[in-house]
Amino acid sequence: MPKSDFMEIKELITKKIKDRFNQAVEEISDFRNDLCFTIQKDKIVELAKYLKEDPELEFLMCKDVTVIDWAARKNRFTTVYHVYSFKLNFNLRLKVNIDVDPPAVETITSVWKSADWYERETFDMYGIKFLNHPDLRRMYMPEGFEHYPLRKDFPVIGIPGSLPLPNKAE
Amino acid sequence: MDRIKQIYNDEKLLKRLHEDKDITIEDVLENEMVINMGPQHPATHGVLRLVLRLDGETVTAIVPELGYLHRGYEKMAENMSYVEFIPHTDRLDYLATLCNNVGYVLAVEKLAGIEVPNRAQYLRMIISELSRIASHMVAIGTFAMDVGAVTMVMWTFREREKIQDIFDRVCGARFTTSYTRIGGVASDFDDEALRMTKKIVYDLESALVEMDKLMLGNKIFIDRLEGIGILPLKDAIELGITGPNLRASGVDYDVRRAKPYLFYDQMDFNVPIYSEGDCLARYFIRGDEVRESVKILKQLLDKIPQGEIRANDPKKVLPNKTEIYSKMEKLIHDFMIINFGINPPVGDVFHSVENPKGELGFYIVSNGSGNPWKVKIHSPSFCNLQAIPLLCKGAMISDVVAIIGSLDPVMGEADK
Repeated sequence: MPKSDFMEIKELITKKIKDRFNQAVEEISDFRNDLCFTIQKDKIVELAKYLKEDPELEFLMCKDVTVIDWAARKNRFTTVYHVYSFKLNFNLRLKVNIDVDPPAVETITSVWKSADWYERETFDMYGIKFLNHPDLRRMYMPEGFEHYPLRKDFPVIGIPGSLPLPNKAE
Repeated sequence: MDRIKQIYNDEKLLKRLHEDKDITIEDVLENEMVINMGPQHPATHGVLRLVLRLDGETVTAIVPELGYLHRGYEKMAENMSYVEFIPHTDRLDYLATLCNNVGYVLAVEKLAGIEVPNRAQYLRMIISELSRIASHMVAIGTFAMDVGAVTMVMWTFREREKIQDIFDRVCGARFTTSYTRIGGVASDFDDEALRMTKKIVYDLESALVEMDKLMLGNKIFIDRLEGIGILPLKDAIELGITGPNLRASGVDYDVRRAKPYLFYDQMDFNVPIYSEGDCLARYFIRGDEVRESVKILKQLLDKIPQGEIRANDPKKVLPNKTEIYSKMEKLIHDFMIINFGINPPVGDVFHSVENPKGELGFYIVSNGSGNPWKVKIHSPSFCNLQAIPLLCKGAMISDVVAIIGSLDPVMGEADK
């Protein structure tokens, strides 16, 4: 894709989102040509729907959902969504800042079905509750596990005794 | 109940059966059965566990359970420097280790803003394509073996073994290659390695024709796969499927073409697409991709330039080992990079590459220190496995094996 086209698409997306969600957009960043919008927590599903259904944008594929744990910040968690448009050939990043109490955000599975497993994985690793998710279970860790391993307060070596071991022989 | 009435047509007996609370009448044919497949099952390509609900031999529901190979690489990445994490990318998709190496260093280079010399980029393309062929060879062979054609796996592994010999010569290991470095590659291809690559490129075509003859004349093989596990285009996009599985459903999306990295924009190759979306299409597309990789490799071998294999950026790129022992500055830089890391600027990047299994993306968040603040691996196998409940619903139990084989998951990557 020529560079000028890329800039045009970027401007188009920025303009469209700004027009529609002017109040809700908290931050727009463009680091190393990765366009990123930070949006208010309660607007994410609306924005997702708009991005997917708008005939000029058509962000049909959700590539990834994850969370950044900032450890020592007021809004401790940031949910990150990567979406892709086949029509524009563009990767867009969306971010939502959420607080630690309660760490919850509305699910986007109603918009992109693929977010199902991504959100389950994120819940498993960070303990973020995705509200109205159809099947919010742990993805990798066993059902009875109490901790969230990718949080910054979970030690790398693990927590002794957090995984039940077989009983010692009598 | 009607069936039970037919079986127990004696009125008296039937009445007694109803009244007696201790007796439960069970008709085996009217019950669904729940069975467990895996995690240790030869057809699940690693440790994938599937829980199936069966009505006779038909699958009515299926739940994949992941996590048997979860090693927490994302956590480990947060506690080591950018350079240290390269060997760990080998263990993600262990059939295409070099593609992972390339994908990771490209993401780090995008984050740190490092320009890499042309020869290194060409070498990265060569090994990526070789690795793609090796991975597809395993995919084709084991897929055929899953549905009963055991000879095929011998033939594909024979070809793969020749490619592994090249890796052995260039990287020093057949399997755990760790070949790329931030800002370049570990070692140059010598003449012998280039000769071996040329040989495999020209031998492979006749081998592929042989393999096609073996498989495509086999009516049983075709019948087992045709029309099985159909993934419609819309669902494929909705479920986030990438790679050959997406292209077998008719979507023209290849990262090498859509967002060219390295020098793929200068290469002449086709992106094979099938519209059927069934297991047979997913089988064909891998064979076709091998042919395209051969085409790319031929161009690469013709065009590869001479020059440096590592960028000249002493603060970010590890110096050559021989220079460390003879020059003071190089020793200092080596010490600083190993101990304190390369300190890329604050920010976050997402970079994806086309792996044999699909689109592998790395999302790296940097806070300016030597360790990444967060690394998220967007692994294609994980996304592709999400299609299993859809594909297997209504299939026969023996088709489940064919469907898993056609998706070609690698659990090392799906479980991270």
